[in-house]
Amino acid sequence: MTKSLVTLRINGESHTVAAEPHHTLLEVLREELGLTGTKHGCELGECGACTVLVDGQQMLSCLVLPQQIGMAEVTTVEGLANGPVLHPLQTAFAEEGAAQCGYCTPGMLLSAKALLDAHPHPTREQMAEAISGNLCRCTGYTSIYEAIEKAATRA
Amino acid sequence: MSEFSIVGRRLPKVNAWAHLTGTALYADDIRLPRMLYGRLLRSTQPHARIKRLDVSRALAHPGVVAIVTGADMPEKMGIMPSTQDETALAVDKVRYVGEPVAAVAALDEDTAYDALSLIDVEYEPLEPIFTIEEALGREDVKIHEDSRRANVFKEVHLAFGDLDAGFAAADLIRDDWSFFEGTTHAPIETHACVASYDGDGKLTLWTATQVPHYLHRELEKVLKLPRSRIRVIATPNGGAFGGKSDPFGHEFSAALLSMRTKRPVKFTLDREEVFYAHRGRHPVKMHLRTGVKKDGEITAVHFQSYLDGGAYASYGIATTYYTGALMTVTYRIPAYKFDGVRVYTNKPPCGPKRGHGTTQPRYAFECQMDKIATELGLDPIEYRLRVLQPGNSRTVNDLRITTMGLGECLRAVRQATGWDAKREGLPKGKGIGVAGSAYISGAGLPIYWNPMPHSGAEIRIDRGGGVTVMCGTAEIGQGSDNMLASVAAETLGILPEDVHVVSGDTSLAPVDLGSYSSRVTMMAGNAVRDAGLKLRALLFESASEKLGVPVARLATAYRRVYDLQDPEKHLSFVEAANLAESRHGTLVAAGSYTPPAGIGGSYKGAGVGPTPAYSYQASVAEVSVDLETGTLTVDKITTAHDCGRALNPANVEGQIEGSAYMGYGEAIVEEQIFRGGLHKKPSLLDYKLPTSLDTPELEAILVETNDSEGPFGAKEAGEGPLNSVIPAIANAVYDAIGVRFDETPITAEKILDALGKRDNRGVTKDRIGPDGLGDGKVDPRRAMRRLSASTDARERKKTAAPVD
Repeated sequence: MTKSLVTLRINGESHTVAAEPHHTLLEVLREELGLTGTKHGCELGECGACTVLVDGQQMLSCLVLPQQIGMAEVTTVEGLANGPVLHPLQTAFAEEGAAQCGYCTPGMLLSAKALLDAHPHPTREQMAEAISGNLCRCTGYTSIYEAIEKAATRA
Repeated sequence: MSEFSIVGRRLPKVNAWAHLTGTALYADDIRLPRMLYGRLLRSTQPHARIKRLDVSRALAHPGVVAIVTGADMPEKMGIMPSTQDETALAVDKVRYVGEPVAAVAALDEDTAYDALSLIDVEYEPLEPIFTIEEALGREDVKIHEDSRRANVFKEVHLAFGDLDAGFAAADLIRDDWSFFEGTTHAPIETHACVASYDGDGKLTLWTATQVPHYLHRELEKVLKLPRSRIRVIATPNGGAFGGKSDPFGHEFSAALLSMRTKRPVKFTLDREEVFYAHRGRHPVKMHLRTGVKKDGEITAVHFQSYLDGGAYASYGIATTYYTGALMTVTYRIPAYKFDGVRVYTNKPPCGPKRGHGTTQPRYAFECQMDKIATELGLDPIEYRLRVLQPGNSRTVNDLRITTMGLGECLRAVRQATGWDAKREGLPKGKGIGVAGSAYISGAGLPIYWNPMPHSGAEIRIDRGGGVTVMCGTAEIGQGSDNMLASVAAETLGILPEDVHVVSGDTSLAPVDLGSYSSRVTMMAGNAVRDAGLKLRALLFESASEKLGVPVARLATAYRRVYDLQDPEKHLSFVEAANLAESRHGTLVAAGSYTPPAGIGGSYKGAGVGPTPAYSYQASVAEVSVDLETGTLTVDKITTAHDCGRALNPANVEGQIEGSAYMGYGEAIVEEQIFRGGLHKKPSLLDYKLPTSLDTPELEAILVETNDSEGPFGAKEAGEGPLNSVIPAIANAVYDAIGVRFDETPITAEKILDALGKRDNRGVTKDRIGPDGLGDGKVDPRRAMRRLSASTDARERKKTAAPVD
């Protein structure tokens, strides 16, 4: 296989890396850029663990090639905090115990961010809809709703 | 005001921040210089002899560095020392589709994957066995040659009290068959590990495991490398639920390939492989006969379980006993007989899943309790309250019970749900049901017999007031690291954020047996408390002298050692620690925990069931059934759980909600099922996990009984709450539509079948479930033939039916 250069905008920074052309955004983030905060649970678009934001929209990074993204802004969990200041979702997730094993958490946080950016005070129904593509095997989702609600009051 | 400074508070977990910022390093996040990538070749046959295995073409493939096969690691291994029947990679025979046969290490994952197709395997197919009935009857086909009777892995028979007299005294005897379908854990993180065999001849294995200590022992045995040269580090598990508590082929393969190549080797299973690794909930057929008096008092119980174990032992011997052991700890039973059989079949091995072996019989029992209450005209909650096993008692099978909060749990869910009004006034299609359950706070015995502690912990106090806690527990998302930090902080009077936790590392931390059987809070918690009390005594001794206050009047909290009579009279934690270090030298203490003696009986098989303390729970499910489509909607699940004491209420509620969610999935949709040895649903698209849109409203209620055995009174929280959820849903479905579901999962298809609407024949059923083993005839082979014939007939009818 021959690697080719690809330039991506990730968390406000521009990165040029060499990657196999058939490797997904997920693989490039994890393998080439060392951004292992983005997780994988199926690599078939079933679990949502690899959710990132592309220009603010939820996207499954296991189903997209970097070439398809171009210079769109990619946000991963590593880019969620504003410098040293955690995003209100991160603090609220900690306080409500919304991350148990933590594995679905990066994708869940980004789905929740996309929701709050669009609907600053979402209903439970909107929350359930927004995270319905992110499987969590630990929490039963209750504490996640509580965390999103709490973050909404602080944002 | 609480007597505690940390215990009972809703504090964030100490390890939450790494998870929330993406910096937590799970096994697959580890990358080492010169690392190779491994892939496993898996069997395509359910049962076959390996006639030829030739790796030469694969080895010649550019980028492939090394390949190992079963012949390189022929040593038998397995989690239970008495039933080791597995090898790291298949030797001579394969016993299920998906069993690992060979392992490739290559420069990158794509190359390793490509190389798998270049490995030449020639199989001689053998007749496969897929059902419990076949496994019991077929003497002529042996999945394991050394099985004494057909394909029976384990058979147990236990009897307590006078069964005949009990049934003779009964006014009502109920006989019920039921079937609990197999399910799998489906953690979102797939199994992964990295092995590194270094120049000093030492092997380090980072792996997503619940049992670093047991794995350490098996690695020594299989690799022939002394344990002193092996270090196992349990990485944070991205969910486990019992599915990462066996030693696995990929772990041995990574280790051996690293030893051969002198390079680090990583294996990460893909999602499909996780369904083959399995070790999930056993499918179990059950027969339950219970005798009761007119007032509901139980006179005798005879329970029989038939477990479909899959191809290997895993924890099967414990699972078999567990299907019988905990039946006695909830309601008074004066006479009890238990027969359990676990068989081998050509499917991925079953093992422990949340509620290990107790979930299936609890389903059978609680559904039957509901039927008994109905027959006797009693309210199901009132009935259970009448026949509760008392606290501080011994059961008929000699299990010691300490605190027993089932009564409080039942009353709590009755009140929280408005039970009494809803039982009366719900329309057809709406229902409400209840169930109780129990679980252990850690197995009373280790899996290999030894008189050493079950858990050890070390605490070191730094001169700046920092505290390091070391304990061999595995953090699987249940919050064990936070529990260790909280117990240490409460004991020493500091804050959890002052504590640095080192867990799951066999070189740095004392042995803890692992994160299984809900043992960690009870056992590791007590070990940390033990170590903390030793250090606190040193701090108090020095502080007493400095402050001129007797030790008995000293207390510690919020980084202070203070006089209880005059709290302003105090030393800072750092001052007290520095004084103590000046006097005693480096401040290190070790603590340990061994369950007390006398918690179980002395009969053969008495080792499974005893625990320092049982947890109890009650669930109420509220459901709606669409009478036209058969769709079952669970509207709400309310679960009250006797956790002893909630060390961190937010985390305990999280365990209860998570258990309720997982139980809900098993009740309505999840099933690990096969067609001709092939997994029917080896993906998350087909094996459905409830999403946020599916999951009902979940309410968790904490019941605190403050058990004297637990650290600060705590018992388990992670497993028990699942057990009551599933029968509560089945009982609610009965309340809604008058159909008993003696079988899981409760699908729309089965509901329509019962309502007579599935094929418009109009034949309704008042129950869905098995009528016996096979069809209840003595000869399981004949039964199988009949079953198979009727299945064929059904299939033919289906094909012939007009499509509308």
